[in-house]
Amino acid sequence: MKARVHVMLKDGVLDPQGEAVRHALGTLGFAGVDSVRQGKVIELDLAATDKAAAETEVRQMCEKLLANTVIEKYSVEIV
Amino acid sequence: MKAAVITFPGSNCDRDLAVAFEAVGAEVVHVWHKDTDLPKVDVVGIPGGFSFGDYLRCGAIAARSPIAPALAAHVERGGYALGICNGFQILTETGLLPGALMRNTGLKYICKQVKLRVETSDSVFTSGYGKGSVVTVPIAHHDGNYTADAETLAALRDQDRIAFTYAENPNGAMEDIAGILSANRRVLGMMPHPERAMDPVLGSGDGRVMFEGLLGRMALA
Repeated sequence: MKARVHVMLKDGVLDPQGEAVRHALGTLGFAGVDSVRQGKVIELDLAATDKAAAETEVRQMCEKLLANTVIEKYSVEIV
Repeated sequence: MKAAVITFPGSNCDRDLAVAFEAVGAEVVHVWHKDTDLPKVDVVGIPGGFSFGDYLRCGAIAARSPIAPALAAHVERGGYALGICNGFQILTETGLLPGALMRNTGLKYICKQVKLRVETSDSVFTSGYGKGSVVTVPIAHHDGNYTADAETLAALRDQDRIAFTYAENPNGAMEDIAGILSANRRVLGMMPHPERAMDPVLGSGDGRVMFEGLLGRMALA
């Protein structure tokens, strides 16, 4: 079973890297990009076979390591 | 005074920090990140560098290394700890200090001498400076942009736990914060490097006061 974790900065946390990307897009002529937020995608290959249990475990991984919940939010997708 | 300095893979200021402790007369024990016990020491130094190559987030992997529970236990017992640069990032990742260090707003790695304002003299680390004094200490970081929610910032302010602020904010840090104290005032995390400011010949001797303050307190204990 595979899990995909999306980690994004929380709303309201300034993202200097996203802002730099937005600026570069403007330089390339892509007008009308109001904002860019940059995050991470983490793919996990799991031995688990139970979808619900796998999701619970991956959420614990997010809380303990994969995301810093002071500044980041996450979502878990079992695929 | 007895000090421990923890070395992680990628730490590069561990020796400088040990030399700074020794310069004021402390005995230093070196601890490896895979150790699970800390020797009985007065203060634990968490050095600067790029632990685990800054993978995932700066300090994130180091904060979950085998030595981390022993560090937390030392702090919970009321032990002193000093985290510098990557050490500060590790302390926030362990939750021993609040907030997080994000990428500098200018997106550049900055390495230069900066002026810091001492915001409180109420700690062993800062008592030698006097509140409001300005000291010169170098910074060398890419991720020193201190970030915390409004509630945390208010608590830091109200409890007089902001140790140092930048005279000129180099990295976008909220409230110009360069270093903060724990609630019991015994844990200091700071982005600037006092261990690199031990001798005027090398640019500044202003960091020495902090280590002497620590030693003075430990000598009394």
